[in-house]
Amino acid sequence: MKPESATILIVDDEFSVRDSLCGWFRKDGYHTDTAENATEALRKLQEAAWDVVLLDIKMPGMDGLELQERIHQIDPEIVTIMITAYASVESAVQALKQGAFDYITKPIDPDELSHLVRRALDQRRLKSENVQLRQKIEQLSQLGEVVGDSPQMQKVLELVRSVAETDATVLVRGESGTGKELIAQAIHANSRRRFFPIVPVNCGALSETLLESELFGHEKGAFTGAAYRRKGRIEMANGGTLFLDEVGTIALKTQVELLRVLETKEFTRLGGTRSTRVDFRVVCATNQNLEKLVEDGQFREDLYYRLNVFSIYLPPLRERREDIPLLARHFLQKYSLQMNKGFTEISPEAMDLLVRHEWPGNVRELANAVERALVVGKPPVVRPGDLPMRIGSLSENVPADSLAAMEKTHIARILERSNWNITRAAEVLKIDRVTLYNKIKKYDLRK
Amino acid sequence: MPPILVVPIYFEGRHALLDSLGLRLRRTFGLEPRIRQPWFDPEIPFQPARSQYNSTLLLAQLLRDREDEAERVIGVTAVDLFIPVLTFVFGEAQLGGRAAVVSIHRLRSEAYGLPSDERLLAGRLDKEAVHELGHTYGLVHCDVPDCVMRSSTYVEEIDFKSAEFCPACLAEVRAAR
Ligand SMILES: [Zn+2]
Ligand SMILES: [Zn+2]
Repeated sequence: MKPESATILIVDDEFSVRDSLCGWFRKDGYHTDTAENATEALRKLQEAAWDVVLLDIKMPGMDGLELQERIHQIDPEIVTIMITAYASVESAVQALKQGAFDYITKPIDPDELSHLVRRALDQRRLKSENVQLRQKIEQLSQLGEVVGDSPQMQKVLELVRSVAETDATVLVRGESGTGKELIAQAIHANSRRRFFPIVPVNCGALSETLLESELFGHEKGAFTGAAYRRKGRIEMANGGTLFLDEVGTIALKTQVELLRVLETKEFTRLGGTRSTRVDFRVVCATNQNLEKLVEDGQFREDLYYRLNVFSIYLPPLRERREDIPLLARHFLQKYSLQMNKGFTEISPEAMDLLVRHEWPGNVRELANAVERALVVGKPPVVRPGDLPMRIGSLSENVPADSLAAMEKTHIARILERSNWNITRAAEVLKIDRVTLYNKIKKYDLRK
Repeated sequence: MPPILVVPIYFEGRHALLDSLGLRLRRTFGLEPRIRQPWFDPEIPFQPARSQYNSTLLLAQLLRDREDEAERVIGVTAVDLFIPVLTFVFGEAQLGGRAAVVSIHRLRSEAYGLPSDERLLAGRLDKEAVHELGHTYGLVHCDVPDCVMRSSTYVEEIDFKSAEFCPACLAEVRAAR
């Protein structure tokens, strides 16, 4: 969904500036060219169409301000961005008055630069209707792994398409492994925010103390060891989508803070003095019964209503078995290519096993099963013996020769039993969620 | 396996990271890592005014290697890298070229006042190395959420993606070789 057609012209008399900006934008997939001075720039403006021109404000001969005027005479729709040294911010302000979209001060933070260009192209795009039409066609191919022919999945996809273009908050519900994150990505990819990031926050993994720094970020030097500014998730999501996963696990105290940010769309970095406005859409997901949590007083009712504006329910895989062959073939293709193995098909007997399995871990479990089959099997066909399901549920015969091995097996079993509900598993194990997450990471456990 | 030169530059005592990177290069590209000490003065790219190293100049030095049979050369460093217009870069590569460089300086959790996490660091280094090498095979940034060629301009964004190419990017790498 890259704006393939976007073209950027860089005008600067300094070679290293032209060279590094040009290299940077080319790697972003933009069509990019450079000009050393105003004369060369004007020639290139005649030869081709440009969406964005970045121009140095101070150049020998015709300077940036004058060149900008000429550019807008040629095409008033071209977005211009000024490049200034620290000393010439005043003339940059002048450039803004004369129609520049924005200015950058060298050296610029890479994230700010990419954000600025995305905003510039976004503005440009709004002006051009046929570009929008072309992008509509691209969007629909973005649903990737949520594909399914079943009526249930067709309905889900229809909901995704209809809600994506609105800016409404969406709550995605479903068992773990059903692909709630993919639905969030699909919503984002089909929305007007798609050229900005979608930023995931795994609420279950955040302890109360970590949350502030994680969500709000901190200024350089806000506390000992903070050598660089850290962007919080909320700031990262500016312009885009904030994806709150496992939203039902947020602690009550944190719910208050989150609600405030959602209501005011403002936050302050730790160690910072000013509050910053942000613009983002919220998509959240849960495998818990939020209504029950509200009833039990574990989830704030006002936050619940704030999040549950539009909800999409993802059915478990066992309720849409007709999608299994399609998904299995999709994963076969994907992993075979990744591992560079020549698998081309799944034998009818193996497919039969796949279709009949209960899949408590849903699509993710299916993906893992296929991946494992490609590791143990012999190309080109996946056979029943390559599949892990015949062995039964999580095996009891893991060699437990060390304490760590026993711990790993035990945690894996509890997680499996609680259907990867972290809160529930942590309760059973009598450890806190963060410890559990650390152990999951340490032992590389997967759903 | 065709060789790739891995050049540690100000990277003392980081053997575990080099080992993990070596495994990743073998697995993803089928390249045999050969560790080489720098054959140039590593201070050449240093810019005192910024107390940082110019990654473009560093790439130019890496390209002066004499081992023509090496398919790629990658510099790995702990110093902070930059390109002239930007405050920093995690790494740089020649688009469709032969050389790449990556820095762990801003991949370390400590740089953000968080406890050190060697496993997370190794994962980030692997991803950034695969990403920059992807550029040398002509790949540009990719929008597939977990594709390693997705652009990352802040450190956590690296954690959102995997160390693998998406099918389309992988096909392009294979076609380029
Ligand atoms: Zn890149
Ligand atoms: Zn890709």
